[in-house]
Amino acid sequence: MSLDEYSRREFKQVGTRVRRPDGVDKVTGRALYGADVTAPGMLIGRILRSPHAHAKIKSIDTTAAEALKGVRAVVTSADFGVPDDDFTRDVQDNCMARGKALYDGHAVAAVAATDSATAKAALKLIKVDYEILPHVTDVDEAMKPDAPVVQKGRVQENVPSGYSENVTAHFEFGHGDIEAGFAKADKIVERSFKTAATHQGYIEPHACLAAVTSDGKADLWCCTQGQFFVRTLCADIIGMEASQLRVTASEIGGGFGGKTTVFIEPVALALSKKSGRPVKIVMTRDEVFRATGPTVSSSSDVKIGMTKDGRITAGLATLRYQGGAFPCGTTEFGCSAAFAAYDLDAVKTLGWSVLTNRPKEAAYRAPGAPMAVYAVESVVDELCRHFDLDPLEVRLKNAARKGTKSSYGPTFSDIGLVATLEAAQKHPHYAAPLGPNQGRGLSCGFWFNFGGNTCVSLNVNTDGTVGITEGNPDIGGSRASISLMAAEELGIPYEKIRTVVVDTNSLGYNDVTDGSRVTFAVGLATIKAARDAIKKMCGRAAKMWGIDPEAVEWKDGAAVPAGPNAGKFPPMTLAEIAAVSAKTGGPIAGHHEVNADGAGVSFGVHLVDVEVDKETGATKVLRYTIFQDAGKAVHPDYVEGQMQGGAVQGIGWALNEEYIYGKDGKLQNPGFLDYRVPVASDLPNIETVILEIPNPGHPYGVRGVGETPIVPPLAAISNAVSHATGVRMTELPMSPPRVLKAITDGA
Amino acid sequence: MVKVQLWGSLRQAADGQAEVEVEAATFKDLLDRLVDAHPGLEPQIRRGVSLSLDGVIYREAWFTEIPPEAEVVLLPYMTGG
Repeated sequence: MSLDEYSRREFKQVGTRVRRPDGVDKVTGRALYGADVTAPGMLIGRILRSPHAHAKIKSIDTTAAEALKGVRAVVTSADFGVPDDDFTRDVQDNCMARGKALYDGHAVAAVAATDSATAKAALKLIKVDYEILPHVTDVDEAMKPDAPVVQKGRVQENVPSGYSENVTAHFEFGHGDIEAGFAKADKIVERSFKTAATHQGYIEPHACLAAVTSDGKADLWCCTQGQFFVRTLCADIIGMEASQLRVTASEIGGGFGGKTTVFIEPVALALSKKSGRPVKIVMTRDEVFRATGPTVSSSSDVKIGMTKDGRITAGLATLRYQGGAFPCGTTEFGCSAAFAAYDLDAVKTLGWSVLTNRPKEAAYRAPGAPMAVYAVESVVDELCRHFDLDPLEVRLKNAARKGTKSSYGPTFSDIGLVATLEAAQKHPHYAAPLGPNQGRGLSCGFWFNFGGNTCVSLNVNTDGTVGITEGNPDIGGSRASISLMAAEELGIPYEKIRTVVVDTNSLGYNDVTDGSRVTFAVGLATIKAARDAIKKMCGRAAKMWGIDPEAVEWKDGAAVPAGPNAGKFPPMTLAEIAAVSAKTGGPIAGHHEVNADGAGVSFGVHLVDVEVDKETGATKVLRYTIFQDAGKAVHPDYVEGQMQGGAVQGIGWALNEEYIYGKDGKLQNPGFLDYRVPVASDLPNIETVILEIPNPGHPYGVRGVGETPIVPPLAAISNAVSHATGVRMTELPMSPPRVLKAITDGA
Repeated sequence: MVKVQLWGSLRQAADGQAEVEVEAATFKDLLDRLVDAHPGLEPQIRRGVSLSLDGVIYREAWFTEIPPEAEVVLLPYMTGG
């Protein structure tokens, strides 16, 4: 069964590169981000964080801090309740430690004062009596039976006995007879890999302003990927009814999954409630690194068998993910994505979720997939090298396609992997010559995508313009794409439409901006809201013409008689219908509410050339080309931006980015000087090739594009560096010292 | 009867079966019957699951009808970044 939403059409506006609606505000500094909001009488909140990786909190004495002039409130975990469900309790305990500090940087208390200096001084007056406990930050160490236990009682029913209590979940996916598959192989390669934890690296630190009134109402302004989810979490944690807490999302300076939860918002609300004043908290960069979600670090083993003509006979992967001090939520997606690009008779992935004394994992574009695909695609590449086979030919020979039983269970319907591989094969990049110390790598990537809860209102103004309200923060150009889809459907110019992201009281629940869902799901709801408005406008025209509503249709932005039998009337435009709406029945608006499904999976292929300086181990990315199926690129600039952005973040992950912990369990590099993200001078122009294989689950064929692009870069770059150096690389990041050591050891 | 494919680590809760059969017309029926027939599946279903119906993944869609002979696969609850 397919969700039969798609119908082929000639687009007039969708697919054009219209001007972005937020551009002027952002380049002139007028856009309001999380830290830009203020309120009369506002206090400044600051948070005291554990200096220890793992410690029992024996007592907290806040007396001196509370007595400091200018301090209006101090909160600890004693000011919060204990939520019933594990999920909310984990979120709350991550915002404010309860009983134990579980990682370096874990919040233990917070202060609200009249100014930042007073708040900072007050933090120094809070006396925390710690009992330091043994800690563990490495995933493999944490799995050992004698490892320090981070949290007790978190093991799921699926974990076999005999493991450390840090092993909280086990997953297994796959089908076929693995051993029989390996028996058919002419060559089996088995390798172990490690990847470091990386941060989403958004420019804007977390920031919020909370204002709780004495009669129990509250307003919260914050930078987030999902104001409705913030409301749910904060209402549960603070003990409020959802209707009394209004959350407004600011403009957002990057999220990439890292702003899909809360870190400071419940603390600001608690401080505001206690002080009776608005409280603003803005994280420092140090706090962002130490206490907000990085991705998991991983350790994995991959074994793949191949015949000499390049047919993969069996694949086996074991993935071990640490998601910090709370149960990891992405291991299952790594297991599911690892072999998704391949059509295999025998495949198995095993996954283990592990607790460590690190900050709680937060989602990061295609959470869990990049490190799994890195390991698999590295071994496939090694096998291609062994048999001297073309890596693109081998991938085409084994590619998942319509009818393939995927490695995680479902049978694929219409997917674009073969098309992206063929596009890569034909591209001049693939045949370009390489110089000395240069290597070329490629990798496939995959992400599931989903739709989710969505609610859109489309208001037809009396001057013939249209206002759209939607509930998902715009992190990737969604306002432009939504306006474009409405313009296409209504038949009016893009410039006549303004889309705004509204607060939690203005619409029904909208899921978080994640899962590459917004252009798909909000776009779908917008198209249907436009159709709802069109139906009403046709009804108004029918009334004015004195004919049956069914005898009117919408064409090129106007109501027209549906056929010669309907009568002869000149087209009545949206503006003409809107202008008299007060006389024909009142305001005209379209709405649509849906929990959208049918998002359609996404595949991409990345091709990269690098040059390695064998004296220093430094890697330079020379050329990078991305091929991805977008279903339908509504605004190609933004689609290309998503693809390029994913590649850049993947380049950082592959080459430099790394959470470095000392033996004391403390993060050694919580800042952009020592945690090195790629800058423009590190990067070539990243070329993009958009393919459009329509998704049957969307009226315009749209697929999400935001997450897949971060999946292939790790393996593509590792394969390129391996070819440039002649040494198979098995650990990320491939920082200069690590590459130099590999070259030296290999020699 | 609907045939439901289980991912590997769920099979221990269904006597090692990779595929189980339940009488269900909708996803809600299906989840309820799975718990009735295999109580060991309840913790995972309570934590959250997605369902793939002929290759289309549904996260929460209780009343989605399951056609005869449809391919139904239980999957972890999808999230994203």
